[in-house]
Formats: sequence, C-alpha cells, structure tokens
Amino acid sequence: MDYTAMRQFADSWGLLFMVIVFVGVVLFAFRPGSKKSADEAARIPLKDD
Amino acid sequence: MRFGTEIVLVGVAAFAALAAAGLAQDSAFQAHMWVLFFVLFVGTIVLMRNTSFAPATAASIPLQTDTESYMDGPVRYGVIATMFWGIVGFLVGVTVALQLAYPDLNLEPWFNFGRMRPLHTSAVIFAFGGNALIATSFYVVQRTSRARLFGGNLSWFVFWGYQLFIVMAATGYLLGITQSREYAEPEWYVDLFLTIVWVAYLIVFLGTILKRKEPHIYVANWFYLSFIVTIAMLHVVNNLAVPVSPLGSKSYSLFSGVQDALTQWWYGHNAVGFFLTAGFLGMMYYFIPKQANRPVYSYRLSIIHFWALIFLYIWAGPHHLHYTALPDWAQTLGMVFSIMLWMPSWGGMINGLMTLSGAWDKLRTDPIIRMMVLAVAFYGMSTFEGPMMSVKAVNSLSHYTDWTIGHVHSGALGWVGMITFGAVYYLVPKLWNRDRLYSLRLVTWHFWLATLGIVVYAAVMWVSGIQQGLMWREYDDQGFLVYSFAETVAAMHPYYVLRALGGALFLLGGVVMAYNLIMTILGYEREEEPIGGRVTQPAPTIQNAG
Repeated sequence: MDYTAMRQFADSWGLLFMVIVFVGVVLFAFRPGSKKSADEAARIPLKDD
Repeated sequence: MRFGTEIVLVGVAAFAALAAAGLAQDSAFQAHMWVLFFVLFVGTIVLMRNTSFAPATAASIPLQTDTESYMDGPVRYGVIATMFWGIVGFLVGVTVALQLAYPDLNLEPWFNFGRMRPLHTSAVIFAFGGNALIATSFYVVQRTSRARLFGGNLSWFVFWGYQLFIVMAATGYLLGITQSREYAEPEWYVDLFLTIVWVAYLIVFLGTILKRKEPHIYVANWFYLSFIVTIAMLHVVNNLAVPVSPLGSKSYSLFSGVQDALTQWWYGHNAVGFFLTAGFLGMMYYFIPKQANRPVYSYRLSIIHFWALIFLYIWAGPHHLHYTALPDWAQTLGMVFSIMLWMPSWGGMINGLMTLSGAWDKLRTDPIIRMMVLAVAFYGMSTFEGPMMSVKAVNSLSHYTDWTIGHVHSGALGWVGMITFGAVYYLVPKLWNRDRLYSLRLVTWHFWLATLGIVVYAAVMWVSGIQQGLMWREYDDQGFLVYSFAETVAAMHPYYVLRALGGALFLLGGVVMAYNLIMTILGYEREEEPIGGRVTQPAPTIQNAG
C-alpha cells in the first residue's frame, strides 16, 4: 500500500469511521436515562476509602 | 527464602552489566555500564541484607504478605520519589536558567547546558511527573475499583524499574549519551528497558481494572489508562532504531529527513497530550472531588471531553514543524486540530472548576483546594495559549523564541506541578495514617511561593520571547537584518536573570513542601491557628427567667 492509497483511505473511510465513532460516543453519553447512571458513577470516589 | 528470585535476577543483571562494561565498544557505553553495574550491585546487596532463610511455613506466610486490603507500599515509595525527583528537577532547572544568564557556569564536559537541559526536562517530566502518575494511578485505581493491585510484587518491579530507568537516563545525559530526540533522549538499550517496565505497568493497571468490584470504570481510570496505552505506543514507534553495536551506545533512527522530524513531534506533542495532560486529568478527576468532598460537576461532560481529547490530540504534533520541510497540508492539519483542542481542554477545565460550585468558600480555608483550582486555571490558560501559538501567523513570531519556553512552563509548573502538589498533600496523611498535615500554613507558603514563581517566569518569558521574535524579523529599509543574532542573545540577559529568580521561588516552594511532608510522615503536628480563624461559638441566648 503506497502513500497515496493510505492518504486516500485516511481522508475517506478512516475519517468517516472516526466521526461515526465519536458521534456514537456523544449519543451514548446523552442517551435517555444516562443522567442517573452518570450521577451514580460520579459518586464512586466518594463512597469510601 | 524471601526475595530469592529477585536476588538471583538482580545479581545476574549486575554481572551482565559488568560483562558489558568489559566488552563495551565505546567509552561512553563502558562508563554507563559501570554505573548500571554499581546500581545493580548495591541493589543486590540491599536485597540480600533483607532476606531471611526461614522455610516458608504456613504461619510465616501472612507475615510476609501485605495484609492491607489495598497495596499502598509502592504508592508510599512513589510519593517520596515524586518529592525527591521534584526537588532535583527544579534544582537542575534553576541551574540551567543560571547557565543561560551566566555562561561561565557551564562546566565542561559533564555539566554544560547541552547535557544539563535534557537532565532538567526528563527529571521534571518523567521523574517527578512520572512517579506522581504511577503512584496516584495505583492509589486511584484501587479505590475506584475496590480491588487490590493486580500482579502481587509486579507493582514493586514497576516502581524500582522506573527508578532505574531514571538513573540510567540521567547519568547517560551527563556522559553525553543521547539520541537527540526531544523528551526521548535515552539511547536504545535504556528505551528497551523502559518498554519492559511500561508493559508491566500496563499489566498491573489493566489487571486491577479487570478484577474490579465496582461495575463502572470511573473516569479517572479512563484517563490513566489512555495515558499508559498511548505512551507505550508513542515510545515504541518514536524509538525505532538500529544500534550500531549491541555493546555500543549509538543507534540510528529508522526514519530519515522530515519523516523523522514528524515522528519526533508526533511523539513529542503527544507526550504533552497524554503524559502531561491525560494522566494529570485522571489525577484531577479523583483528587478534586475527594478534597472538595463533592462529585464531579458533570460526569457526562467528562466522558465527552475524554473522547474528544483522545480523537484530537494525536493529530496536533505537526504544529511544531511550521514553515519547515513538512508538507504545507500537514502543517495546516496540525494547526486546525490544535485549534479544535480548545473545546475538550476547556471542557475539562470547566468540569474541574465547576466541581467546586456551591463550595467556593473552601478556597478561603483550604490551601490544598486552592492549589488544585490554580492548577486547573493554569490548565485552561496554557491550553488556550497553545492552540493560539499553533496558528501559523502567531507561530512565525513565537517559534524558536522564549515564548515557547514560557508557555511550556505555565503548563508544567502551573498545571502539572500544582495538581501534583495538591494530590500529594491529600495523599500523605492518608498513606501514613496521620490525622492531618504537619502544617496547613506551610501549604499556604508553598502556594504563594510557587504561584509567584510561575507568574514571574511566564511573564518574563512572554516579554523576552516577543522581543526576541521581533528583533529576529526586524529589517531596515535596505532589506538587511537590523540585529545580529549575538545582539538578540545579549538583549535577553536581564530576562534570563529574572527567569532564574522565578524558578528559584518555585524551587523554594518545593523545599517547603518536602519539609512539611517529611514532618507529617514522621508524625509531627504543628500547633497553629486554623486558617479562617477558630470556629467562633454563637453567643449564648439569654434565658428568660420565668
């Protein structure tokens, strides 16, 4: 695989893949009901020593 | 037999170092192997003096094993190592600052600026910062996973192996052994050893996460894990090299030309992004909630900014190579990704600062919280300044000047230093079962000494950097450069003296911290007025007689 092919892959499928993954992460973080589990997770360090 | 395997392994390694010294192909490698032999020899002796030959009966086993539910031995050692290497690194920093101001202080050949400068950068980043990260990550991952460190004594190997790496790197620099890659100066054999230590670190950390009793992996562990994994990848790729001889100190990089330069800055900038940012954000996400006794402001924001940071940081390296042989599109790519980094950086800053909302009064009474808040504020400032400097037009003025040095130090002293001090002040009373620190007043002293030092340092470097940049680009109406390079160097002298003063204040703060922590560890408590005054009793209400 030469430089041009890698470059083309990176700025097409590679870029698309990363954008989809990132958007997926954002959607997952704000899914319905995530507030409650996030608040629980935020309390983990405060539970005890 | 206690330490049986360890004694044999360290002893064999010491013998191998001796043999390597005897067969060395160059004098620098020979001297370096003598250093290694001496260190390993002393290590073997110390292990042998602490061994015992009693047969391992069922009764003796519990005595040998650490019976605490959490394994805090390596954390305690790590905190002391952080303190020690911090003082060493700051001291070398003040020394190199003075060497720039007064060139007579360059003592040839071992202590000239060229050898002392990597000693300073490695000591503060890898010895001070690295020990802080390893110690706090071991502490945090156990508490937030509710599990003991995985791998038994492997965490001790990580600690001692890392110290050996530091000693080999530092002595190598002074002997003149360097592969001249910024923040990755150690030569191939030291790099190989660090790889082994780092893989052991990953195994301990990941193993602890895998055996966690808490269902959710707390966000601090995400940051720590990303730091460990990414540094492993960066370290391996950046140090791909072919040694001239298996018994020589010299190696040649696998890459050449601009590919080599880009590999170096891909490594170099991500060392900033994943070592000095992601790792210390992990620290922030545990120690600020603990010290403030409040959960993090927005847990969902922490997830978003984590992934944004991971996706963006890795592309920002080319901004170190503006106006070089690097293709123009790659320079622009580096610039654009650096600008985009404003969002996750400020997401993290807002999350850290807003954790204190509703508890801002603690700033007045708790100097440790004050340190942490200042750290986050400096994180915000330096991650604003960095992307701004990566804009090509700004970079054409700032690049190669002291402005860059000032920027690095506002991040390193302000963010990395202060969040580490805050975490260490939190940790020491916990780790040694003390009710409180020896003195909170001394923490306030440390806070102001360090803050003043950073402000002096950064402000002076802005002025000198911009002046330097403007002098370099000053043309007369004939098209000739107005200033010779030597003139621009001479003009920097007063700033360099002031910079050394700023660094000395920061060092002094570090010494105050060391004193405070040592007294805490020894079990002393200073009699002092609490900050914010003693709690005043409300006036007794007058009883109605009747």
